[in-house]
Amino acid sequence: MRVSLKWLSEYVDLRLSPEDLARRLTQAGLAVDAIVRTGGAWGADIRVGEVAAVDPHPNADRLRLATVDVGAAERHRVVCGAPNLAVGQKVAFATVGARVRDGHTGKESVLKPAVIRGVESAGMVLSERELGLSEDHEGILVLPPDAPLGKPLADVLGDVIFELSVTPNRPDWLSVLGIAREVAALTGATVREPSLAYEAAGGPMKGRAAVEIKAPDLCRRYIATVVKGVKLGPSPQWVQERLVALGQRPINNVVDVTNYVMLELGQPLHAFDYDHVAGHHIIVRRGEDGERFTTLDNEERVLTRDMLVIADERGPVALAGVIGGLESEVTDRTVNVLLEAATFLGPNIRRTSTALRSRSEASSRFEKGLPPELALVASQRATKLLVEVCGGTAYEGCIDIYPGKAREQRVEVTRERMARLLGIDPPTSKVRGVLTSLGFSARWVPPDRYVVRVPYWRPDVRIADDVAEEVARVIGYDEIPAKLLEGAIPALIEQPLRELRERVRDLLAEAGMQEVITYSMTTLEALERVLPKEDLAIYPPYRVVNPISADHEYLRPTLRASMLQTLASNLRYQDGEVALFETARTYQRPDERIAQSGRPVGEEVLPLETEHAIGAVSGRRLDRWGRPGEEPTDFYDAKAYLDDLLRGLGVSAEYAPADEFGMVPGRAAEVRVDGERVGVIGQVHPDVAEAFDVEQEAFLFDLSLDALLPHAGAARKARPVSRFPGVEQDLALIVDRDTPAGAVRAAIESAALVREARVFDVYTGDQVPAGKKSLAFSLLYQSDDHTLTDDEVARAQRKLLERLRREFAAELRGA
Amino acid sequence: MSVADETVQQLRAAALAALAAAGDQRALDAWRIEYLGRKGRLTGVLRGLAALSIDERKALGAAANALKEELESAFETRSEELRRAALATAIETGKIDVTLPARPHRRGGLHPVTRTLRRILDAFRTMGFSIVEGPEVELDYYNFEALRIPSDHPARDMWDTMWIDEQVDGRRPLLLRTHTSPMQIRFMEQHKPPIRVVVPGRAYRFEATDVTHEWMMTQVEILAIDEGLSMAHLKGTLLELMHRLFGGERKIRLQCSYFPFVEPGAEVAVDCFVCNGAGCSACHHTGWIEMMGAGMVHPEILDNMGIDSNRYTGFAAGMGVERLAMQLYGVDDIRTWYQNDLRVLQQF
Repeated sequence: MRVSLKWLSEYVDLRLSPEDLARRLTQAGLAVDAIVRTGGAWGADIRVGEVAAVDPHPNADRLRLATVDVGAAERHRVVCGAPNLAVGQKVAFATVGARVRDGHTGKESVLKPAVIRGVESAGMVLSERELGLSEDHEGILVLPPDAPLGKPLADVLGDVIFELSVTPNRPDWLSVLGIAREVAALTGATVREPSLAYEAAGGPMKGRAAVEIKAPDLCRRYIATVVKGVKLGPSPQWVQERLVALGQRPINNVVDVTNYVMLELGQPLHAFDYDHVAGHHIIVRRGEDGERFTTLDNEERVLTRDMLVIADERGPVALAGVIGGLESEVTDRTVNVLLEAATFLGPNIRRTSTALRSRSEASSRFEKGLPPELALVASQRATKLLVEVCGGTAYEGCIDIYPGKAREQRVEVTRERMARLLGIDPPTSKVRGVLTSLGFSARWVPPDRYVVRVPYWRPDVRIADDVAEEVARVIGYDEIPAKLLEGAIPALIEQPLRELRERVRDLLAEAGMQEVITYSMTTLEALERVLPKEDLAIYPPYRVVNPISADHEYLRPTLRASMLQTLASNLRYQDGEVALFETARTYQRPDERIAQSGRPVGEEVLPLETEHAIGAVSGRRLDRWGRPGEEPTDFYDAKAYLDDLLRGLGVSAEYAPADEFGMVPGRAAEVRVDGERVGVIGQVHPDVAEAFDVEQEAFLFDLSLDALLPHAGAARKARPVSRFPGVEQDLALIVDRDTPAGAVRAAIESAALVREARVFDVYTGDQVPAGKKSLAFSLLYQSDDHTLTDDEVARAQRKLLERLRREFAAELRGA
Repeated sequence: MSVADETVQQLRAAALAALAAAGDQRALDAWRIEYLGRKGRLTGVLRGLAALSIDERKALGAAANALKEELESAFETRSEELRRAALATAIETGKIDVTLPARPHRRGGLHPVTRTLRRILDAFRTMGFSIVEGPEVELDYYNFEALRIPSDHPARDMWDTMWIDEQVDGRRPLLLRTHTSPMQIRFMEQHKPPIRVVVPGRAYRFEATDVTHEWMMTQVEILAIDEGLSMAHLKGTLLELMHRLFGGERKIRLQCSYFPFVEPGAEVAVDCFVCNGAGCSACHHTGWIEMMGAGMVHPEILDNMGIDSNRYTGFAAGMGVERLAMQLYGVDDIRTWYQNDLRVLQQF
């Protein structure tokens, strides 16, 4: 909403500067987003003058000499070329030194005395273009005859516009009068209501028109007046100026009057061409399904029963509160006008205008719920202007059908409630003063309460707390002190999954990975690269009807696609190691839980939002100097991060070779804890990587935090350090190439007397038979209760080798 | 002076001169063997005692022992001198350039939005708030209706919504939550006062993006319900938050605003911590930075949740983490956060 302070000042004295007023309004809930000054650039040396005489120029036919009176016996004679110059005109006159624009180039300059064709000229009668008001340079700007002589033009034509953000609970603020009421309440001024009285010279209304409401649930009130013999044409200057100031385009005087009153009072109106309303009979009814009707924007609309139409005896003439009909539109041939002032049900108007994508100034007011009392005021005001501005003749009174008459709203508020809510206890005189200034009437009923009558324009005030807000916002929220919470702290609520996730974040960051946060939505194409098509067919990802862009249409059931995209965008300018992680939710169909675990879904109706942690590693390892070195990162770099994480969580995981969609066969593993799959790790398949524009080898791990949760965070028990020396032994074994080192190591570590076994070399090549590899372990034999003898160690090693031969067909290398 | 005395004196002079001449550990060891060794010169002197008279023997013996002690002590001193000199040389030659870069470490970090969120949550946690989370894909009921925003309500324009193209049970519309406020309702369904919770999480808006608007955001919602809570407590709680985030000298400002689920409603701003309220580009020359919407929980919501609004009052507030992170880290385009450019993220 925009409001002109000039227009506003017609209803209330503005005692504060625009800045202070804006601050005060914003505090009270009517946010002023911007203050725009029009005509503010004019200095005091551009004033209102009157053309006292026009004489011919002695040396030029097309120039004349104007004598301009600027008051206080100050007169200037200047050369003027404007064809429309005439004696008696009020004009904008600039004296030497004023900043004006050049009529031809539009450039601003300081006016200097000049000699034009031999005649001295010290001043200028200005055109709109020279004033910077418009491009018009055909002639001088002629001011209204009542423009005060000698006043700075800035005071006469200049204005200050407030751009306001009006919250949806306050449709009354979508009007100049409503804002004036607020200004009055906040500054202690009095509101001057606009005049509603008009001369009804047309005789009785009876028989001129009929109104029938067939859908009283959607139309609470309908008022019609008729004005005959309007003289259609442009509106007078003052109407046009005000419309333009508030952002409305002037159309013709009848339509302008309806818009003017809408801006002034907040009630949208509609003017019909009386002679195009069949039978002069207005029927307010629901549309019929499939009914067709052409609106004034020349679009054929297909109606439904949910839409409210204004019809005549032939058919619809308007879509109530949304848009008028083409046929009954006011045109330059219109002579008689039927003026509608009605109260329609807000939600219905909103639904219709949304469905037809036809939201307008009118519908945006109706949809917020307007009071029926306003319709009558607006009807009278607009009829008055149709008479006075458009030269029409009104019939006496109006047709007023008012099935939804509401009782006056009364609210009781106890002083205690107000104090309890606000944390301040304003004295009764203050409370009453504030409410009265807002147009409420507040009666103090001892010992403890106020009875408040709510003015018709404030239907948003319904309960005690609403009244409390009124009091607080006018007093100012600044008056409320700041207090810390007291009282018992409610029992802390544990959220184990959340705690696990935050721990995971810390551990991965500590391990050296950078956290990223990616969008929750992606494309189907991206998902198809990282998930099997069959899975996507059985469990299609949730789709957003109105995505922000095609790149974010599907809720992701996996984080892998987003992670690979982020990896790719970083690898574009970075050769060195990139290690990224994200913890976020994925969105699954609830029945996937059945498929995965066999458990019933229960009452769950929403998508399953399961937490995942995903990591990606790629690029070349850094050298001593932090430059990308020769070696690329590999699977074991990714595994190192994952190991750090799992160790930090107190989880012992196993890595089992596994085939995983989108990963290189033979280079992927399932991560298991206590035999249960909690995630995967592996090299991204080159085809997949390429599809995401990742050219290097890239490695991913993807953990389900939900799966991990039951295993994480168990406290580890300390193991005593043996007091007895251990014996270190190296063991090089020849095994099949495919034998997992992890399994061999687990077997070794489970053997008697072996405390620890570490892999320290893996070899394939000439030194070992084809299809075989050498695995070298460094073993520590140790006992908790005695020093081992060479004999004991030798025996244990023999037994161990026998077992390894049995289980893995392992041979001692070089044996 | 006796002959014996003379011998000891000569030996002493020779030994001390030789010791002073010993320049390294080897020379020192050789000196030790020559003078103090089992077959050394001092032992030789003592061996000669047998040929002397008792008195002479006594005198020479005492002098020789004194000399032994003296030489041993001189040896210790000299070897310490040499050790120090060697160390000084080693230090001199072993100088390094301490300004060379460190050996590179894997350097990880948390996203600035995560860090900011944690600071907010920590502040609330110390004020006794529990952290709870709710679903991102929500029913229209929780996101709007139960918060007093029925369909066709004009306030729906305040939250442009992304809809999921399916309904639950074929009729209950699914959407992406536009704020974390639905968790207010979910929480009140399960818990009764006293309530103090803070709800972080992702929220989504169908909104064009620009330097200050992002369609996915991290929101924090707080809800406190108890007997005797007033707007003064709302103010105090938010002031405490701002003090923890931006320092103890910050002020907050509440202005009237409208959210259907609170009454009275407020818009909350903090005085600009860049210019201390004088006006700068960070606060658009207003001296204030808008931080959040807040208000007293609407009594109808309490009653609908089975909480007696005559007995209990409460407050709620909601804020966006990304905008706060912009302020904290001096970033002027909100879209920076989800571009995930390591060159930016690793600055923090």
